Amino acid sequence: MSGLLLVLLVALIFVVLYQVARSSEMVARIQGEEIFDKKRNKILAFSMLVVYAAFMVGIYYCHQYMMPLMAPEAASDHGQSYDFMFEITCYVTGAIFMLTQFLLFWFSYKYQRSGDRAPYYFAHSTKLELVWTTIPAIAMAVLVAIGLKSWFAMTDMAPKGAMQIEIVGKQFNWISRYPGPDGVLGKRYFTNINDKDNLLGLDWKDQKNMDDIIVPNGELRLVKGKPVELIIGSRDVIHDVGLTHFRMKMDAVPGITTRIWFTPIITTREMQEKTGNPNFVYELSCDQMCGKGHYSMRAVVIVETQAEHDIWLKKQQSYYAQNHPEVNPPAAESTSAPVDTTKKITMK
Amino acid sequence: MSNEATIHQHDVHTHDDHSHDDHSHHEHAHHEHKQHFLTKYVFSQDHKIISRQFLITGIFWAIIGGLMSVFFRLQLGFPEETFKVLSTFLGDWAPNGKMDPEMYYGLITIHGTVLVFFVLTAGLSGTFSNFLIPLQIGARDMASPFLNMLSYWFFAVAGIIMFVSLFTSTGPASGGWTTYPPLSALKEASMGSGIGMDLWLASMSLFVISSLLGGLNYIVTILNMRTKGMSMTRMPLTIWAFLFTAVLGVLSFPVLLSACVLLIFDRHMGTSFYLSEIYIAGKALPNVGGSPILYQHLFWFLGHPEVYIIMLPAMGMASEILSTHSRKPIFGYMAMVLSLIGITVLAFLVWAHHMFVTGMSPFLGGIFVLLTLLIAIPSAVKVFNWLTTIFRGNIRFTVPMLFALGFVSLFISGGLTGLFLGNSALDIHLHDTYFVVAHFHIVMGISAFFGMFAGVYHWFPKMYGRFMNNTLGYIHFFITFAGSYVIFWPMHYEGLAGMPRRYYDFTNWESFKQFADLNQMISIAAIIVFFAQLLFVFNYFVSIWKGKKVTTQNPWNANSLEWTTPILPGHGNWDGPIPEVHRWAYDYRDNGEGGDFIPQNVPLRDGEESH
Repeated sequence: MSGLLLVLLVALIFVVLYQVARSSEMVARIQGEEIFDKKRNKILAFSMLVVYAAFMVGIYYCHQYMMPLMAPEAASDHGQSYDFMFEITCYVTGAIFMLTQFLLFWFSYKYQRSGDRAPYYFAHSTKLELVWTTIPAIAMAVLVAIGLKSWFAMTDMAPKGAMQIEIVGKQFNWISRYPGPDGVLGKRYFTNINDKDNLLGLDWKDQKNMDDIIVPNGELRLVKGKPVELIIGSRDVIHDVGLTHFRMKMDAVPGITTRIWFTPIITTREMQEKTGNPNFVYELSCDQMCGKGHYSMRAVVIVETQAEHDIWLKKQQSYYAQNHPEVNPPAAESTSAPVDTTKKITMK
Repeated sequence: MSNEATIHQHDVHTHDDHSHDDHSHHEHAHHEHKQHFLTKYVFSQDHKIISRQFLITGIFWAIIGGLMSVFFRLQLGFPEETFKVLSTFLGDWAPNGKMDPEMYYGLITIHGTVLVFFVLTAGLSGTFSNFLIPLQIGARDMASPFLNMLSYWFFAVAGIIMFVSLFTSTGPASGGWTTYPPLSALKEASMGSGIGMDLWLASMSLFVISSLLGGLNYIVTILNMRTKGMSMTRMPLTIWAFLFTAVLGVLSFPVLLSACVLLIFDRHMGTSFYLSEIYIAGKALPNVGGSPILYQHLFWFLGHPEVYIIMLPAMGMASEILSTHSRKPIFGYMAMVLSLIGITVLAFLVWAHHMFVTGMSPFLGGIFVLLTLLIAIPSAVKVFNWLTTIFRGNIRFTVPMLFALGFVSLFISGGLTGLFLGNSALDIHLHDTYFVVAHFHIVMGISAFFGMFAGVYHWFPKMYGRFMNNTLGYIHFFITFAGSYVIFWPMHYEGLAGMPRRYYDFTNWESFKQFADLNQMISIAAIIVFFAQLLFVFNYFVSIWKGKKVTTQNPWNANSLEWTTPILPGHGNWDGPIPEVHRWAYDYRDNGEGGDFIPQNVPLRDGEESH
């Protein structure tokens, strides 16, 4: 019923608008088309200025409203240089935007039709055209240079000693795998996968798998100041590891291994203090359409200190041990572990 | 094929046997030739009727696609609420007024597909290439009116199949308009990958055929059937734009067809072009060795030129309209043509900038960055030339002029954000966020729509012999222009904050939930703008029968040849011989008799040099 009313209302508005429109044409006929047109042209020319002013004020208020809602400062060293490059591009494009929009609206107003001025026959000027081919070309060259420098730096090999974590997408959650004490991720193959006791299809013939740790909710635990390389995979369709706060993103493609690396520089706790939001948390979002649950494919990223990380790591049981308690009883916790961590820290 | 041959071969009534013969057979011209309704309006081979068929079908699809966006904007703006209207339209897909995520994804997929292909490709270049090419180059019809008719009917059938797919029990295709496999290849992966996806593929394949038939026809017609004196450099920029649009389509659409065919093989014949090492629905699939990235390469090899297939006609029409209503020649005609050529060539060399985050070789990525940002140069040239065209003009703020100005504004805004996305180092954060949504909606969605609206308002008098209502046109312009910015400008910020596109609900995300109020505001604006478009539709159809009649042959005082035809040209376009062309299309200057324009068919005056 209310739907019908709404339709009727819209139809009514249209009819009223149409009648108003018709009557304005009648007015035109009565006043004389020419005089009416002239008047209208003047009003519309002026409206170009109004539209321009509203446009600029709108942009200003939009900016004021949005800025407090934006993501906090980048939490990775790469992200910091990203933000810098973004700013430069903003200035370049912003300048062109301001100039061209201003000219567009100003010319529209300024050169409205008037009886006493003939339009200027101006069809060609090699000089002008060269100028505005060259200037964008130079601007583009600068942007490309900055961009490629940053691009090749970020896509270069991860530094030696970077922490490796595997992150695998499936419909609709993430699974992460840590290499365990041996520091190496073992082999895995998709035919070994089963949802009961081998989520990622680890090859149990590979000894390097025996100490690997799997976190089924995809939680990523990163260490502040330590480069991390993410080894990215997918079990079924294409997903995408989106790390907004670190300004990073990479597809997870079935059958292909992709990688990204970066160095987190702000811990979760520090970021909570910086933003004043006790609930702040780094999130990993799936950024490639992957089906019904795409929008809920979330994992949490925790950036912590090396000491905190080691404590967490020590509590973890290897995936093999979890699923084969009869074969391999949980390894007795090594008492030397804390010593190891301090060593690691001091070595760093 | 010559003009005379075209007409005779297809038994269309022509009024002169020798186009450039001064002697025309006037007694012949008034001979009434009764045509059956079916051959005149349905299976017509008249390019003008076909163009109207494309336009009206495009309008139909624009309403469907727009309505879909209203539905999913309701979900995005009001994720907690229920809407009865959703259950009314979507039935079981929205039980109790709450949209199912599968349907949400179906709606965004079909919204994208329909607007990109059916509205902004067929509805835009199909309409205006058909309408303007013969009229502006001085031809009786297309080189092959029959293929031209087929082109429309393939499009119509493609549309019917797509429409049917909306009513299947598993819903329409729902993997996004790019339909990346494996999601789109595996029935297990989503409901939309069932029969809906098969219908999508069938529909797109037919659409490719339609587009090829049309495109080949446009190219042949432009190259071979120009009237005497219409050298390539005297053609209006609209025709140049349609020519390159057609070239882009003919060279890139077949690649989409191959992508579709391989996907059909993968879906039904057990091949592994796009599939490898997949474990889904509790079992490992036998497919090994394929690559989903291959599909992306094939798709974007069309997908990127497609953007220019959409943009070029809008650019061409905006050039023509800005010049006509500023009463000034287009500035830098040759530069405009060269920049069209530049865009066309580069359009084929940049596709992989949609794939910076797929893990492709960084070196290759670097090359695509370079080539992508090169496109900014011809685009910048065009913008500066448009600005110089209105500079010191004598602007008449007609409705088409306003839309052309709006086009330039939107093209600038949307084009500049391309510099962020084309630069891989910046794209890596912005990819697949609302920044992308904002960018492409402004630059190729709204601005192409503005070019299309400008074209409809400008050439409506030629199509129907009546004007569209001005006042409604102005209301339409201001609401749409303001609304477009209100909807899409804030989305840049959302994208910068990392808000991913194609999300059904953001309430559970600590990083994105702060935009709830904003999403609500955007949804309200989108709904208002949608209704403003219905105002245009209303105006369009009412004006066909009730609009103010055109009383003069050349209501805009324009130079190009379509305004030398009768007010309502019949099939064959000119009653007498086809006019001969003596000058370029932009001689907006003192004609020596108080007029401010000199049509193309006016011979050069003594001592006058042609441009």
